Parts: sequence; structure tokens; C-alpha cells
Amino acid sequence: MRDSFIQSLISIAKKDKDLVLLTADLGFVIFDEFESMFPGQYFNVGVAEQNLTSIASGLALEGKKVFTYSLGNFPTLRCLEQIRNDACYHNLNVNIVASGGGFSYGQLGMSHHATEDISIMRALPNVTVVVPSNPWEAEQATQELYKSEGVGYLRLDKTNGVQKNLDSIFKIGKSISIQNGDDVCFIVCGGIINEVINSAKSLKEAGVSSEIISMHTIKPLDEKILAKVSKKYKLVVSVEEGNVLGGLGSAISEFCMESGHIPQKFMKIGLKDTYSSIVGDQAYLRSKYQMDANYITEAILRKLSI
Amino acid sequence: MIENELKLLANKIRRHAIKMTSIGGSSHVGSILSIADILAVLYGAVLNFKPNQPDWPDRDRFILSKGHAGAGVYAALAESGFFSVDILKTHYQNGSNLSGHVSHKGIPGVEFSTGSLGHGLPVTAGMALAAKIDKKNHHFFVLMSDGECNEGSNWEAIMFASHHRLNNLTAIIDRNMLQSIHSTEETLELEPFAEKWKSFGWDVIEVDGHHCKNLFDELTKDRISNNKPLCIIANTTKGKGVSFMENKVLWHYRSPKGDEFDNAIKELE
Repeated sequence: MRDSFIQSLISIAKKDKDLVLLTADLGFVIFDEFESMFPGQYFNVGVAEQNLTSIASGLALEGKKVFTYSLGNFPTLRCLEQIRNDACYHNLNVNIVASGGGFSYGQLGMSHHATEDISIMRALPNVTVVVPSNPWEAEQATQELYKSEGVGYLRLDKTNGVQKNLDSIFKIGKSISIQNGDDVCFIVCGGIINEVINSAKSLKEAGVSSEIISMHTIKPLDEKILAKVSKKYKLVVSVEEGNVLGGLGSAISEFCMESGHIPQKFMKIGLKDTYSSIVGDQAYLRSKYQMDANYITEAILRKLSI
Repeated sequence: MIENELKLLANKIRRHAIKMTSIGGSSHVGSILSIADILAVLYGAVLNFKPNQPDWPDRDRFILSKGHAGAGVYAALAESGFFSVDILKTHYQNGSNLSGHVSHKGIPGVEFSTGSLGHGLPVTAGMALAAKIDKKNHHFFVLMSDGECNEGSNWEAIMFASHHRLNNLTAIIDRNMLQSIHSTEETLELEPFAEKWKSFGWDVIEVDGHHCKNLFDELTKDRISNNKPLCIIANTTKGKGVSFMENKVLWHYRSPKGDEFDNAIKELE
């Protein structure tokens, strides 16, 4: 995903000299190509995320289109007020890119688990929140966020979800259905879609067919599709690699409750309002914290009383 | 530069500040009086701008980082022709755009909204960098408080600005020695303040922050050849111009009412 983002950015920079990429001293080697091609459009601001965001805002005020980059929570939570006051209030063309969503950097410990970022970023006005599930979505999202007004948040995952329907069109706020079904509808963001795809296979063996929707944009949410699937399916399941409080599942619940498009049954899969102190890679921690394919399958079968 | 005119403008800003903080019952009058002369010199003689075209691309940029003194900027903008002086009466009132901390929305001439400290310098550094990239010649000024230098974000930007040789950037420090509860030195020692900035790669000048001519001279000296950002430490008195407000932390909070208001206005006549 990260490589798709960078290649996408290179293709933009070839056409637009006002594109500026800032990193807060992370991204060893990966920006070499960008820097050598566009030396005046790349700056490493040092280990200084507050500055990263404010410098980006200053550049954007003067007409630059800026991408800031760092890992995990550093480009978001570490400089949240700069995002809110400087970038968002002034509605600037600043796109914040975090590599390592969820448990991507599982073994590095709690500091590197980006598990509340979706909830927190979507609470800020003037922010578009995009969580791609595969490299193609990451590449497309980079292009779309570059074009769109206001602040963008692009959360990249270490795991790449499978891109199944190669002829789909990517639009901010428009979800992509990657598999059709009749009983259960998964609404997913991020690379954790692979766990869902595997779960869907197991469910099929148990006689349950499922649709899988990549809800790559958490804000603005694709309400049209939610209105549709909430009627059609026995069970709607949100899946995200992050805290279930305030994230994708919450966004869906809010829409459904308020609009009256209430599914028969609804379930949120995600981190249950906790931190992890356990060492483990992404797959291990997904399993440990009940977000892996096996858990999802069992939970759905229980919910459907099968 | 006509010194008397600048003094007159500073006096108008002070009078507006007393009225605005009194009518709306807002705080920070002492902080505004502290920077009135700096604002007068900037808006009266230094900044290049067109009031009828606030977004003129070649204008100099001024950002108030100590956003709590926003009423001073509103007053300076009104006196400079950006909008009617009458609008100042709405400061801090329900439905107004003129919030207690400076906001750009609906107010021509305000470059950037602040209020939380430690944001102005980093943003101005980003703006100055953009001008460097585009080889533009306008200048960037940011006015900060001394207490604000407690914020670590400033020191990130101080390093950044010297590293990138942003000699189109001038940071003016309102060095009135007082912050929210006690003096700056009792709270979190800033001294040796000038040396700190110097050691971070900045040019540093100290000046009397109430002496319009000296301020003008330092703000307009051509330093573009030396490749360093400039820090002007303007030594000021909080509450300057109203005897009973001078050097009193109380006037960081209190708004002048009744006799206090009358006496303050009288002293500024």
C-alpha cells in the first residue's frame, strides 16, 4: 500500500510543481526516488510532528498541496491540535498519511498501534478519512485526496487486501462491493478485509453467503449503500482494525439509527476499547483481539444462531 | 515613516482595545496594550498590503501568534481600512466574527487564526518556505509572546527556520516578562533568551518595543543577504499606556469597567 501511495504521489508531482511531500523523519529509503526527482518538493522536517503539520499548513496557505507522512499515531495524535486548528479550521489542502494502521507494527508495542486514529480523525470537521483495503485503493485514494478540498487522512496498512474486482471505479465516499451474497453483509475498511474474505469462505461452507463491501471512505460515509444493505441482509457486520468506539462501526450505527435504516441484526468487529501489551505480529494480534477470520466466522454463526 | 503618526495609530489601537474589552467584557487588555506600538509600526509603516485586496499575492504576511491579543489586530486592520471601525463594537458579542482569540473567518486582513499558543511561528515558517520555493520576495512577520516560548512546538520551528535559511521570516517577541500567573522567569526561565535564539541559528536584535522609530528601523533593515531568520526581542511593558494596568498580571484577565474604563480612556487622550 505504501509503495502504491508513493508511486501515485510521483505521478502527481510530475504534473504539479505545487505538490509538496513532508516527512517527520520516517520513511527510510522509500522517498529516495521522489526526492531525487523533485528535490524542491520534498522536505524532512525532522522528528517534529507538530512542526510537520504546521509547516504543511503554512505551505498550503500559500497555495501548495501538501502530503505529510509518518508512522502510526505520530502524524495524527501527536499533533492533533495542529491538525484541528491549523489545517482543518482553515480548510487547507493538507493530506495526512499514516503508514501502519491498526496492528501493522504489532511487535513494536502499544505506542505503535494505531487503533484510535479513525475514531479521532473522523470527529474533526473538514476531514476526509480514507482507509484503503488494498494497494489499488491506496493509489486511487492518493489521487482523489490530492484533488479534493480540505484535509485528508489516509491510513495505510501493512497488509494488502486482495483487489478482486479490477474494473471498479474509485470515488471518495463511494464504497466498493467485492463479493455478492444473500445472508450477511460485511462492511470493511483496511487490509483486515483479508480476514473477512477468509471468513466468508468458511461461512459459505456452513451455508451462509455474504457480500463484502470495502468502505474505504469512513467520512463521508456511503450512506446510500448502507440504506440498501440494511434492508437486504439478516446481519450487517462492520470490521475494522481499531477501537470499535467511534470508528467505522460507530459511523454505520449512527447513520442507521438516525435514518431509520436499521438492519435486523448488526455486529461490530474491532478492538474492544483496550490497548495491547502483548507482543505479536499483525496476524497474531488480530487473532488475540478477536478480529481474525476464525473469530469472525464463529461470532457470525452464533449471532445467526446457526 | 512619520513617528508621530505611528504614535497616534498606537494610541488609537489602545483606545479601541480598552473599549472593545470593556464592551464585550473580554480579557487580555494588558496583552494588547503591550503590542500596540508594534502593531502600529507594522500596519502603519512596514507591511506592504492593499486593504481593498486583502488576498493580493505579493502582500507581506503578518500573523499574530499570541491570538489572545486579537482585538489589537482587529483594531489595526480597521484603522488601516480593511473594514469599518464600527465593526469593532461587535467584539466578543453574540453573533460577531470578532472572537476573543483572533480568527480569519469573515474578517478581511487576518491571515491566520490562532489562540492556542505555539502555532503561529511554525505556520509562518511554512508560509515563508513556500515563498522561498516560489522565489517570491514578500516578507513574513509573526508576533509572539515571551511566555509562549514555553511551547515546544516553537523550538521545532526555530530549528526548522534556521536550517532552511528562512531570511524572509521575522519573529517579533513581545517581551513583557509576564505570563498567565507569574513572571516568565519565575514560571519557566527564558533567560538567556537572546542567546537561546542565537544558538539556534537566528539573528537576534533587542529593541524597545514601545519606541516606534527604533522598531521601524529594525523591522525595515535589509538583512536578506545574511541567510538567517530574524528574531526581534521587543522589550515591552504589559498594560503599557494605562498606569494602573502596567506590569499587572490582573489585566491579563480583568476587563475595564466604570471608573477603570473612564480613567484608562482619560490616560490615553
